[in-house]
Amino acid sequence: MFDLKNVSKKFGDLVAIDDLDLDVEGGRTTVFIGPSGCGKSTLIRVLMGLIPPDLGMVRFEGTEVNAETAPLLRRKMGYVIQGGGLFPHLTAGENAALMARFLGRPRAETAARLIELATLVQLPEDALGRYPAQISGGQRQRVALMRALMLDPDVLLLDEPFGALDPIVRYRLQTDLRDIFRELGKTVVMVTHDIAEAGFFGDLLVLLRDGQVIQKGPIEQLVHAPAEAYVDEFISAQRTLLDCLEEVPE
Amino acid sequence: MRGRCLAALILSLAWPAGVTEARDLTVGSKAFTESVVLGEMIGHLARDAGAIVLHHRQLGGTRVLWDSLVLGEIDVYPEYTGTIANEILVGEGLEDEDAVRAALGARGIVMTRTLGFNNTYAIGMREGTAAKLGIETISDLRGHRDLAFGFGNEFMDRGDGWPSLRNRYRLPQRDVTGLDHDLAYRGLAGGSIDAIDVYTTDAAIEYYGLRLLEDDLGHFPVYNAVVLYRAELESSQPAVVAAIRRLEGLIDETAMSDMNAQVQHERLSETRVAADFVAEKLGLVAEVREQGWLAQLWRNTADHLVLVAISLSAALVISIPLGIVAARRRRLGQAILAVVGIIQTIPSLALFVFMIPLLGIGGPPAMMALFLYSLLPIVRNTYAGLSDVPPDLRESAEAMGLPPGARLRLVELPMAGRAILAGVKTSAVINVGTATLGALIGAGGYGQPILTGIRLDDVGLILSGAVPAALLALLVQGLFEIAERVVVPRGLRLKPVE
Ligand SMILES: Nc1ncnc2c1ncn2[C@@H]1O[C@H](COP(=O)(O)OP(=O)(O)OP(=O)(O)O)[C@@H](O)[C@H]1O
Ligand SMILES: [Mg+2]
Repeated sequence: MFDLKNVSKKFGDLVAIDDLDLDVEGGRTTVFIGPSGCGKSTLIRVLMGLIPPDLGMVRFEGTEVNAETAPLLRRKMGYVIQGGGLFPHLTAGENAALMARFLGRPRAETAARLIELATLVQLPEDALGRYPAQISGGQRQRVALMRALMLDPDVLLLDEPFGALDPIVRYRLQTDLRDIFRELGKTVVMVTHDIAEAGFFGDLLVLLRDGQVIQKGPIEQLVHAPAEAYVDEFISAQRTLLDCLEEVPE
Repeated sequence: MRGRCLAALILSLAWPAGVTEARDLTVGSKAFTESVVLGEMIGHLARDAGAIVLHHRQLGGTRVLWDSLVLGEIDVYPEYTGTIANEILVGEGLEDEDAVRAALGARGIVMTRTLGFNNTYAIGMREGTAAKLGIETISDLRGHRDLAFGFGNEFMDRGDGWPSLRNRYRLPQRDVTGLDHDLAYRGLAGGSIDAIDVYTTDAAIEYYGLRLLEDDLGHFPVYNAVVLYRAELESSQPAVVAAIRRLEGLIDETAMSDMNAQVQHERLSETRVAADFVAEKLGLVAEVREQGWLAQLWRNTADHLVLVAISLSAALVISIPLGIVAARRRRLGQAILAVVGIIQTIPSLALFVFMIPLLGIGGPPAMMALFLYSLLPIVRNTYAGLSDVPPDLRESAEAMGLPPGARLRLVELPMAGRAILAGVKTSAVINVGTATLGALIGAGGYGQPILTGIRLDDVGLILSGAVPAALLALLVQGLFEIAERVVVPRGLRLKPVE
């Protein structure tokens, strides 16, 4: 689906992506994971051609992603930006339907698709008529997902879709989302820095540090056969409920 | 030239009737009573000779009138020999009247013989103060260095005005203020000013009980009243020229200050006073058509609205795209913002005067100046509004695959709507206020009664322009509040639930 060769990207002196090679296979969920600032969002932007790499080449379904090809290729990608990125001047429904409207799709078809997607992401239909300021954070994420799915893209890219949600909403949305991905059988690229979440979603995990791939593989492999000490450290750094209980003195 | 044609076109479509009507003669006059009365007299005589006449009253200063005359925006206006020699043709070393006539002739302008009176400058003090201090001549002022002087702005700047008077008489006074001539009288009456410059035919001399100080060193040149007109009138309208020349030698100082007093203090209209004079002296029956106050208010409102509407719409059409360019191209944007910012710092009268060579007098130059003043708030707010669209929303729009034009139309402009509208609102309110200055270059509007009111020291008249202008500003403000409900999307007016 995506194919990166020797991709580098610097912001001034800061190396955000460092000579990175990566293959993202179709029909599966790939999760980029790593600490804050390791280049996850930058990598997603490079995949979509929102940021041109300084060196190297990105291909999407065999076509090189560059300034010319990117705008059209992006219609085959659905992107949920970190934070949702809903337009406050449009209602939830208008947000989701913006691109379809711009492309002049028949109104009836778009309306039907909206209902279908609202059902899929379990958004109450009356929320479609409300503005982003009038719906809850979880609902906003669901609308952002609807917007990404509107044109039935080949690939979904999600940048920390559960960032600002409380644990219960987060838990429900995670479950819902995994069901949706399974149901649709789509290629999904997701960013998170939560190892449990990565394991929950990912067929394949890509652990990054300082713009480089440290290890790539299923969660079991990262846990049982860490490529270096850092992997172990990163995994065990995530405190679980059980850790907390163990620390409580008897 | 192109700009002028375009302006003329817009004008003919939009300017209220009366200004674009066919006419044979356009008269100008300066912003003081005597000049307006003389202008009216010229009008009566020319009409008697069969011409259709338009009179641009009380234009803002010698420069405006002279430029307009040379450019053919007006055909004739009353002037003074002293002003011609010391201001208009200053620096040409013209020794005598023949040299002046030759210099004028080279510019296609003819000067009549004197109309019969010398309206020169004089220094005036309240009789009481002058008597107490024993001041009779200008030289006597040297012994009283604490006196406060208030001089008209024109007198402060003239070649024969305050600077040279001070040098000639070696006057020591430091408290010298430049202010509007008519305000100077009030300062004098109120006691904050001890001496002012006056004209020798001034109606106020009697009224305020002024003593004119003797010009014992003969500093002030002779200011004989004359009429300047374009030479081509002699061939195109000889009858009109002959009619105007009937004024030569007709008016003496007493007659002129009498007429000034009739306007200033008896509140007769300049038209009426001029008509009575030509009736008495030449037996000429002049028709005096005077507009009622309602008709005048209506006329001023119409003029004002047209000034504001055209200049503001043009500013909208130009400055929103400029703001967009400024937001998109950083370098160019800084340049654009700098230029519109600099325009804003040009004093309004100066800008109006700059426009005369390009667009003449009347509505078009005023509209152009107002248009230029309206740019900054709209450009700046459009720029700021677009720059403030959060980067993640910009990225979302781009990631969806929307092309740049669609991103601007569907996302960025609606989100910047409130800021842009606020800019337009600021521009509109400034525009309504600044348009009152348009009267200085003959554009009419609410500035007309304000100017006349200042000239005649008539607060009622000033208010009859200032109050409607203020109401119009409020109305415009209100209209934009309503527009905000339409232009600013509802989603942006909501407070978030969390
Ligand atoms: N436009 C930019 N200009 C300059 N530096 C940038 C820019 N975007 C990202 N960076 C820097 O590049 C590095 C990688 O940023 P990136 O946003 O990809 O991190 P991330 O892994 O997504 O982090 P987080 O988990 O906090 O979202 C960071 O150090 C960041 O400060
Ligand atoms: Mg990020």
